[in-house]
Amino acid sequence: MAFRARHLLGIEHLAPEEILTVLDLADRYVDLNRRTVKRTDALEGMTQINMFFENSTRTQSSFELAGKRLGADVMNMAMQNSSVKKGETLIDTALTLNAMHPDLLVVRHGASGAVDLLAQKVNCAVVNAGDGKHEHPTQALLDALTIRRAKGRLHGLTVAICGDVSHSRVARSNMLLLGKMENHVRLIGPPTLMPSGFGEFGVDIYEDMRAGLKGADVVMMLRLQKERMDGGFIPSEREYFHRYGLDAEKLGFAAPDAIVMHPGPMNRGVEIDGTIADDITRSVIQEQVEMGVAVRMAVMDLLAQNLRAERGRAATENLARGTFV
Amino acid sequence: MTLFFENARLIDPAANTETTGNLLVRDGLIREVGLTEVPEGARVIDCSGLCLAPGIVDLGVKIGEPGERHMESFRSASLAAAAGGVTTIIARPDTAPAIDTPESLEFATKRAAEQPVRIRHMAALTKGRAGREMTEIGFLLDAGAVAFTDAGHVATDAKVLSRAFTYARALEALVICHPQEPGLSHGAAVTSGKFAALRGLPGVSPMAERMGLDRDLALAEMTGVRYHADQITSARSLPALERAKAAGLDVTAGVSIHHLTLNELDVGDYRTFFKLTPPLRAESDRLAAIEAVGSGLIDVICSMHTPADEESKRLPFEQAAAGAVALETLLPAAMRLYHGGHLTLNQLFRALSLNPAKRLGLPQGRLEAGSPADLVLFDPDRPFVLDRFKLHSKSKNTPFDGARMQGKVLATFVGGVQVYSDNKEQ
Repeated sequence: MAFRARHLLGIEHLAPEEILTVLDLADRYVDLNRRTVKRTDALEGMTQINMFFENSTRTQSSFELAGKRLGADVMNMAMQNSSVKKGETLIDTALTLNAMHPDLLVVRHGASGAVDLLAQKVNCAVVNAGDGKHEHPTQALLDALTIRRAKGRLHGLTVAICGDVSHSRVARSNMLLLGKMENHVRLIGPPTLMPSGFGEFGVDIYEDMRAGLKGADVVMMLRLQKERMDGGFIPSEREYFHRYGLDAEKLGFAAPDAIVMHPGPMNRGVEIDGTIADDITRSVIQEQVEMGVAVRMAVMDLLAQNLRAERGRAATENLARGTFV
Repeated sequence: MTLFFENARLIDPAANTETTGNLLVRDGLIREVGLTEVPEGARVIDCSGLCLAPGIVDLGVKIGEPGERHMESFRSASLAAAAGGVTTIIARPDTAPAIDTPESLEFATKRAAEQPVRIRHMAALTKGRAGREMTEIGFLLDAGAVAFTDAGHVATDAKVLSRAFTYARALEALVICHPQEPGLSHGAAVTSGKFAALRGLPGVSPMAERMGLDRDLALAEMTGVRYHADQITSARSLPALERAKAAGLDVTAGVSIHHLTLNELDVGDYRTFFKLTPPLRAESDRLAAIEAVGSGLIDVICSMHTPADEESKRLPFEQAAAGAVALETLLPAAMRLYHGGHLTLNQLFRALSLNPAKRLGLPQGRLEAGSPADLVLFDPDRPFVLDRFKLHSKSKNTPFDGARMQGKVLATFVGGVQVYSDNKEQ
C-alpha cells in the first residue's frame, strides 16, 4: 500500500504500510544525501512554507534543507515576531498564507491540536513539525528509520523511552509508531512526569530505570525542559540525573548491543552522561539528525505526489464538465 | 383565556404518574386535570396522545447581559428557551460585570422583563465573584435573587466562604457552588486519562470535583446553609453526596445535560464545541450520573447554557472558551436518556422541572390544579437532524450540530399563553 495521507498530522492515523513506504523512500534519500550533488526535482516549482510558532533551530533547518534538496522554494516564517503578536488568530494567519498558494506547510505550534485546526483551513499539504504535547510525527519516523538501519528490523524490539514522557510529543509519536510496528514499548520516568492513562496503551510503565532498561534493545532518552527542573515536577536536577540520567552503569542493564538515542538538544549531565552521548559504539544521535533530513524529504515527496494527484483529478473533472478553471 | 388540552399524555412528576387525559387552563393556571367536557369558549388543543409536561425550570443559564450581549441577549435566550420547552430561566450572575449589587440586579430584571418565558436571577455570592467579600445578600434577596452563586469561579478562601454561608443561612438563602479544587484543575482542558494523554491535552482528575465537594459539604455541615452543587459529573463524588444527604444536610446537586449524554471521547480531534466546564468525563462517570438522577441522588438536570462566539471557539483546544449552548437542545437530548431506557419521562421531568422549582421555592414544575400553566407539549419520538444555525440563540456553540435527535418540542405555554409553536416555523 502506498502512502495515502493528505497531511501528516500525526502517527495515530498512519497505517503500518504507510510508515514502511515512508521509510523505504527515506532510505533512498539517505543515499542521495551522501552524494556530492544532493538535488532532485521532486518538489520542483512547489512552494514550502515553514511556520514555526515555537523556536526551533534543528527541526526547522532539517525541513528547510529537505525542501531545498527536493527543489522546492522554501520560505521560513519566524512566527514569534509576526502578526500573531498583533493579535491575529491562528486561523487568520493560516488563511493569509493559504492565499499565497503554498503547496506544503510545515507547522510547529505550542498548543496540542493547533496543526490539526490549521490543516482544516488550508488547501495545501500540512506537515506537523510538533504541536504542543500531542505529536511530532517526523521525529518518530526518523527514529524508526535510525532503529531499522541500526538493528536491521523494526519489529519485535524492546524499546525503552525514558524521562519526561508527560510533556513529550516525541514520546507520544514514538510510542504510537513502535506499537503499530509490533515492538515492546516501555516508558520509564518519575511518576510526576508520567501522564495517567498511558498504561492503557499496551506499554509497560517503570518508575525504576534499571528495571525498565533490563534487556532493552533501544534506549531512547527524552529531553528534560529546564523549566520543569525546579521542584515542581522533580526535586532537583542532580537527583533527577542520579535516578533517571543515562550513565554507563544504568546502560549496563540494557542489552549488550543496545543503541542510545536522543531527539536533541541534549542536556548533558541531566538526562544523559556526556560520555554515553559521545560513544559512537552505542550512541546513534548523529545518525538521527542525518535520518531526519532524509525522512522529511520522503514525507514531503509523498505528500507532494498526493497533492499533484488530487489536483490532477480535480482538473480532469473540470475538463469533463467543460469548466476550465 | 381558557385552554383545553385534549387527549394528552400527562407527565406529572410530583404525582409520579403518566396518564392519558385532558387538562384545563384558565387565567394562567392549571384548573383541572382529567375532566371530560370541553368548557364553553375554550380553545381546544388536540394533543393526539403526545406528551404534556410541566415546563422546564433551567437552573443555571448564562445570558450575556450585561456585557456580552453579542453572544446572548435576554430576548434571544428567551426565544431559544421557548423553542426548547424551558419556561423558566434561572439566569447566572457570571456576566460582565457580575450581578453582585441590588442595582445591577435591578438592571438585569428590567432587561429581562416582558420576554416570552419567565426569567429569574441568581446573584453573586461574593463581590465580583472574586471570593473575597460577600455581597449584600439581604438586599439582593429583597431585589428578587433566587439563589447566590459565583458560578464557575471557586472561592479558595474557606474563611470567606464560611462567613458567606453563615450569613446566607440566617436569611435562608440558597447557595450554589461549583465543586472543584481550583489548584488541581488549573489549566486543564479535558479529564485526565487515556484520552487526555493521547491528545496531549492538560487533564484534571475527577478527584478535583470530589475534593471541592468535600470542602463545600463540610462548610455546609458547619454552617447549616442551604447548599446546591451546580454540577456533579463524576462517580467519585457521589458517595460524598449520598453521605451528606443521609446525614440530613440541606444539600442538593445538579448535572448538565451534556455530562449525561456525552463523554470525553466525543472531543475527538480537538472539537472545541465539546470543551466544557467541568470537562466531559469517562463513560463510566456518565452512566453513574444517569443512575444518580434515576435514584434522585442528583436532583436537577440543567442545560448549563453557556454561549460562546465563533472567535472564542475557533482556537486551539487549550485556548478555546469552555461551554455550550443548550436551552434549545436540553429536552431533545434528554429524550436520548428516555429512548435509551435509562430514565422514565417522570424521572426526567422530576429533575428538569419539579426539583429545581421546589429547590428555589417556585410554584412551577407541577401538573396539578392551582399550579401556573407553564407547559411543554412534545413528541418524544419525532426525529430531526440538528442544524446549529437554526438555533434561536445568538451563539451557535452546540456539541449536537449535525446530530440525529429524537424528541421535538411542539408547543410551549407560559402562564397559559402559547409562546412557541413548532408549526409556525414550517
